[in-house]
This record gives sequence, C-alpha cells and structure tokens, in this order.
Amino acid sequence: MIVASPKPVTELKEIVAAHDKILFVGCGTCVTVCLAGGEREVGIYSYAMRMARRLAGRPIDIEQVTIERQCENEFIKDLAPAVERNQAVLSFACGAGVQALAERFLNRPVYAALNTQFLGILEDQAVWTEKCLGCGDCMLAQFGGICPVTRCAKRLLNGPCGGSTEECCEIDKDRPCAWQVIYKRLKGIGQLDRLEQIVPPKDWRPAWHGGARKIIRQEHRV
Amino acid sequence: MTAAHTQPGASAANKGAWEPEIIAFCCNYCAYAAADLAGAQRMQYPPNVRVVHSPCTGKIEMEHILAALEKGIDGVLVAGCLEGGCHFIEGNLRAKHRVEHIRGILDEIGIGADRLRMVNLSAAMAPTFVERVREIVDTVTNLGPNPLKESAQQGVVSK
Repeated sequence: MIVASPKPVTELKEIVAAHDKILFVGCGTCVTVCLAGGEREVGIYSYAMRMARRLAGRPIDIEQVTIERQCENEFIKDLAPAVERNQAVLSFACGAGVQALAERFLNRPVYAALNTQFLGILEDQAVWTEKCLGCGDCMLAQFGGICPVTRCAKRLLNGPCGGSTEECCEIDKDRPCAWQVIYKRLKGIGQLDRLEQIVPPKDWRPAWHGGARKIIRQEHRV
Repeated sequence: MTAAHTQPGASAANKGAWEPEIIAFCCNYCAYAAADLAGAQRMQYPPNVRVVHSPCTGKIEMEHILAALEKGIDGVLVAGCLEGGCHFIEGNLRAKHRVEHIRGILDEIGIGADRLRMVNLSAAMAPTFVERVREIVDTVTNLGPNPLKESAQQGVVSK
C-alpha cells in the first residue's frame, strides 16, 4: 500500500491561511490503513486547525468528508457539491489523490495535508517499511522475493557492498543488509545457484526516469 | 460544579474570580475506583474536576480530549492503571502515546501541553488520586483560562 505521514499542524495552518471555509477530504484506502489520512485523522486535524485558527483570531469553518478512494473519479464526483460550498480543499490522500481532485475541480485550490512516503507494508503496530520502488521491471523472481532495488541503499544487483557489518547496512545499523536477507532466503528455498548468475545493469527506462508513466490495458478498455 | 468563568486573557487581578474546569477521564479499574475510595474516605480535593468514567484509558480517543479543549475546558487529566497493571494489558500504554501526541499538537497550536496530563495509579491509591487532582488544578490555575473558552461559550464551536 501507499504509506504517508501527516504534515505538522503549523505547516497545514500556513497552507490554508488564505481561507476561512475549507473542505477536509479524507481517503478511505491506503492512508486510512496507515493511520495518516482517514476519517479519524481528518477529525483530529480539524479540531487542531479550528483551535489554532481561533487562537490566531481568525476562526475557520471546516467541513469534513471521507470518501472511499480519492484516486478514482467514480468516488470523487460525489464531492462536487461540498467542494462548491467551500473556498478550498485540503486533501488527506496520497499525492495521486490530491492531483485527482485538483484535476477534477478546476475552480478550487486543492492542497496536500500529507507527505506521501513510499510503497510499503505494516511491519509492526504503527511501523511501516518500504518494500517496493515501483521500478516498472520487477526482479523479485531472481532474488527470492527480496528486492535489492528498494532495500539495498546502493541498489546493488550482484551481492553486498563492502560496508555491511553484522548483517546490517552501513548507512543504518538498524537496517538489515538486503543482500544478507536475500542470501538467507535463497538458501532457505534451495536456490543459492541464482547468485552465480551475473545480473546486467538494470534498465531504468520503465522506471520514473522516463517521466510520469502511463499504462493502457487494451483488454479492459471499453 | 459551580465554577465562575472569566473572559480569556483574564488579568492577575480578576484571576481570583475564575476557577478552572478540569475533566478527568478515569479508568474503571483504577482511577475511578480510587476516586470512589477517596470519596468514601471523605478525602477533600478541589471541586474543579469532573470525572468521566471510562472502561479503560485505551478507550479514550484523541478526539475526546481535543473536543473537550475546543469546547473550552481548561485542563484534562487522563488517569489510568499503573504501567504493567492494565486490565486490558496495554490500554494505558496506548493512552500514554496518544496523550504525548496530543500534548505535541497542543504545544504546536499554542494552547500548551501542560493543560493535558496522564497519571498512573491503582484502585487503592486514593491519596495519590487526590494529590494528582490538586497538582493539575494548581498547574491549570497558574496557566489561566483556556484561551478558547470565550468563543466556545459564544457558540462558535461547530461540533
């Protein structure tokens, strides 16, 4: 899922400083699961924003709504009357959701309330870790399901660097060396021979390096 | 409670007329029983505190505390079991993290973290409950009224 984290209240206060009536829109998908932009977070930040603005002598009227997904027009379209009633929109979605709102509601400013971070998993209660870079050319089959492109700080594809110590990455002693994890994993599934294959330099063209990507699946087009 | 209210920004001169309003969210298994015991033992403590009975401090949502402060309450006490003694194992530890998070928000927006405090005690610790109540009443009295009190009383609050 997409993992995000909320911006500080002071930053949000600056962002909406020009408005007195604003719509806070939560998203019911990824950012609800990662406790950053769901219905509850919208409620908490509404309280904080109202109090901050009243203390500043300029009260703000906040309307709250949380939709199932902000990244799909099918769910966004029902927001139109609420958007119309307000001067601006503060979106608690990932960057994709914020842009989806901005592209649909052309006559209202749409601001981001979250910092979108990465594609990751819930590692432990309230702990998320990055697992996928979205490079567009998945190599997980070669590495026992562990991604060196994401989890190796140097994105090495042919074994660890000389800096890893005690099974940890040299840039952070709390971070496991991706190549140690790959080795253990391949050993566990009896595929250590995969490490004897030299992996050529990765083709980064399917990744972001070619600009924003687009996928068209003809079999599902109407 | 019969506390009189002054306007926000009350000066030291009229501070005497103002009495702080405190909400104490009390866990059923410790603080609420301790407050009950304090009453049974005829222990005296400031009447500024209104006790809200909660099944566990882990059940107290951040929104509850923020709503109380937005509506003009001067201080909030969250009273839970001793660490390691939660009836639901870790409810009080969850509450501790939530309270710390809200204290950060309160500092950020200018209300001040000191208006919110979490304490830990057992059902037998009635004197400790009384002491903690006195402490937060003293702290909030020194801080003065919640600056949001005036507009809250004028019905500006939307929720």
